[in-house]
Amino acid sequence: METILKIEDIEKYYGNKASLTKAIDHISFEVKKGEFISIMGASGSGKTTLLNCISTIDRVTSGHIYLEGKDITKLKGNELNKFRREELGFIFQDFNLLDTLTAYENIALALSIQKVSPKEIDKRIKEIAKKLNIEDVLKKYPYQMSGGQKQRVASARAIITNPKLILADEPTGALDSKSSKMLLESFENLNKELQATILMVTHDAFTSSYASRVIFIKDGKIFHELIRGKDTRKEFFDKIIDVVTLLGGNLNDAL
Amino acid sequence: MMLCKLSLGNIKKSFKDYAIYFFTLILGVAVFYIFNAIDSQTIMLEVTSSTREIIKLMTSMLSGVSVFVSFVLGFLIIYASRFLMKRRHHEFGIYMTLGMGKGSISKILLFETLLIGCISLLVGLGLGIMLSQVMSIFVANMFEANLTKFTFIVSVPAIIKTIGYFGIMYLIVMIFNTISVSKCKLIDLIYSNKKTEKVRLKNPILCVLIFIVSSCFLGYAYYMVTATYGTLETLIIPIALGCVATFFIFWSLSGLLLRIVMSLKNFYYKGINSFTFRQISSKINTTVMSMSVICIMLFLTICVLSSALSLKNSLNANINELAPVDIQLMKSLDMNETALEDGYSIEQIEDSKISIDETLEKLNFDSYRYFKDAVDVTIYATNELTVKDSLGAYYETSKNIYPTIDYTTAESIISLTDYNKIAKLFHKEEISLNENEYAVVADYDSWVDIRNESLKLKTPISLNGKEYVPKYEECIDGFVYISSNHINAGLIVVSDSVVQNLPREQEVLTANYNASNEEAKNEIEEKILALNEEAYASNTTISGSTKISIKEASTGLGAMVTFIGIYLGIIFLISSAALLALKELSESADNKNRYRMLRKIGVDEKMIRKSLFTQIAVFFLAPLLLACIHSIFGIKFCNLILNSMGTDQLLGSILMTAGVLIFIYGGYFLITYYCSKWMIEEK
Repeated sequence: METILKIEDIEKYYGNKASLTKAIDHISFEVKKGEFISIMGASGSGKTTLLNCISTIDRVTSGHIYLEGKDITKLKGNELNKFRREELGFIFQDFNLLDTLTAYENIALALSIQKVSPKEIDKRIKEIAKKLNIEDVLKKYPYQMSGGQKQRVASARAIITNPKLILADEPTGALDSKSSKMLLESFENLNKELQATILMVTHDAFTSSYASRVIFIKDGKIFHELIRGKDTRKEFFDKIIDVVTLLGGNLNDAL
Repeated sequence: MMLCKLSLGNIKKSFKDYAIYFFTLILGVAVFYIFNAIDSQTIMLEVTSSTREIIKLMTSMLSGVSVFVSFVLGFLIIYASRFLMKRRHHEFGIYMTLGMGKGSISKILLFETLLIGCISLLVGLGLGIMLSQVMSIFVANMFEANLTKFTFIVSVPAIIKTIGYFGIMYLIVMIFNTISVSKCKLIDLIYSNKKTEKVRLKNPILCVLIFIVSSCFLGYAYYMVTATYGTLETLIIPIALGCVATFFIFWSLSGLLLRIVMSLKNFYYKGINSFTFRQISSKINTTVMSMSVICIMLFLTICVLSSALSLKNSLNANINELAPVDIQLMKSLDMNETALEDGYSIEQIEDSKISIDETLEKLNFDSYRYFKDAVDVTIYATNELTVKDSLGAYYETSKNIYPTIDYTTAESIISLTDYNKIAKLFHKEEISLNENEYAVVADYDSWVDIRNESLKLKTPISLNGKEYVPKYEECIDGFVYISSNHINAGLIVVSDSVVQNLPREQEVLTANYNASNEEAKNEIEEKILALNEEAYASNTTISGSTKISIKEASTGLGAMVTFIGIYLGIIFLISSAALLALKELSESADNKNRYRMLRKIGVDEKMIRKSLFTQIAVFFLAPLLLACIHSIFGIKFCNLILNSMGTDQLLGSILMTAGVLIFIYGGYFLITYYCSKWMIEEK
């Protein structure tokens, strides 16, 4: 499998010399095409900062991030927007759907800013809606949908552009357990059927147990790494819990 | 003390939000001061006593208008402070969870209002005092007076008045704020910024229907004001109709516009157009009422400004044509005892038996020394010949179109020789008549129209039992009485022999001053005015109008109308522009999240800027556009009312109005755009 994302010794500092916070402290890892990776860590461990750096929302202090061999830390201005538009798909904890648009229009927006024709947009939305089981909410506005439906619409928007990498920031954070399960199953499907590469940030062991690899972060450093291999989800989940315990029980709300 | 600190911090922090509000308040205060200080500014002008009278009248009218203006500004301030309050609900929620009582929150608001009020008053008054010095030059120019000495004037009464009026406004705002705080629920406050907007698409068929119906009503209202000669009372119906139709047009427009754009799939799904038009639609949707009010205010601004400016210009332009001589003296003739009931004295009735010349002699005025080119004519009138009679068969039609005219008025009649004498003096066309013919002289457009209809029908008139037919099929352009406007509603000219047996109504003596330069003319004018002091003056009904006084009066009237027009126009303009700007800016906080989302999914800055520009432009243009359409008919109506004043200058004044509009409204638009852009930028 080819490497799609390569993170090379990145650092991110906040503050000034007097009080320096190292949000990310020399992290390096690689993501292969078709992987489903979960990054776990407690609040303040630096996991969201890491995701923001990969998504070019934030800039690294030092180090390099390569997406398919291209150094994205060197991008500037509108190149950044273009990069985000064409190479990445985003899924956020609070969905980030535009409340004035219908589900259909929200998904269409991701394509229309890439100048895809309305006909093509329509075709692709219908396809993806079937896969994510949101056909009946396409005409609804965000306020008329449940949390799970909103997150699936957001997922549809993220993957409809066939991005190289899907970034998910606490995707189940605002969902109940049933919706979480449904969403994660759709992630699994996307990962397996479409070979979508997913990088997810979470502090929830259950959510992580759907991934193929889990990277643990503590105080801005990689603390441990787990690979699912041939384990069942339950076995993998138990392993994750073990590591979480080892981390010092900081993830109180892991279960 | 803590509360003061909080308030200060808040104002500093939310200066961006307050900037436009602040700016508008300062402008409002400054304009208010300037127009109330005009009284003091005119003191240094060298003007005649009659102009002084007009200035006095003007300042009292301006202070009346100020009351109205303070209402407009008061509503604006209350509305604006409600916007700004909403922005801060979350902040208040936090204070309350920390255990702060509603009383303390009210105190914070009180302190803030006080602070903003004081600062805006101070800065506004400063600005007003500066600008009012420039205003003096403008005032002098308007009254065509010499600015002999320039002094820096600060009008204390105007300052006190401004502080008083705005103080009351701020007090009302405080009361409103306190009430609205006491009504707030903590849960609503805390979650106020989490509330998502509920989008409801209106039924498209209903929208189309309402749009068509209101357009029809609007069209009918336009028809009513322009096609028929309305009076101010009959205006109420089209005005009410127009207001309601305006409201429903905006109501249906928000739904309709979106539907139309949505059906254009290639356009709607291009870039972030779908987002842009959803934003516009929701903006119009939530501001239908204020949009309508703004539209009507803009409409009034355009009409008031362009009419006022054109009135001023045409008033001055007409004088040389309509007052071609220096003086005209009029005196009622042959009054009898019934005049006693109308308030005339025995002496006056006695005086009405003698001629103007004889009366002037009694007043010790040597008319041969002071007057030249004198023409003395007699006007006759009899109840035998009323307006109704002279209109003949056309009377019924005319009564339907112009129901407000008094058709029982006796017509004024003049002999052919007398009229030709006047016409010669005024350089007008002289006429000739046969024994059995008559002619009508008029220059008041509406009346000319009426009389032409009747003349076309060859309506005969009868005097002393004999019939006369019109010589011409239309009115002769001309007049007898000098004035600043075309006000001659109609004068019947008949052969000299006809008037011999008619009752005399008035003697009119028209003359030029026997002087070669302006100074000498002014001296004679002073002598004429001094005649009022003569002992015999109360025994006569003699009255007069002079070119100089007509000129002064019309300059004064023009200046007065212009000042009131500019005053109201500017206040309306800044109020409506500020309303739009505040509405737009107060939503920037919600919008900031939306734009952040758009950026995250990779929308270009350029696209975002374009979208923002389109949104604000449509938001500002929608009411302006409808207001312009309203104004086309509004100005037409104003013209109908003012057509005696002449309308040659209309284009110029419309251009000037457009200039003012673009400057103020466009300025607000640009400020709003740049502020919004600044607010949604990621730092």
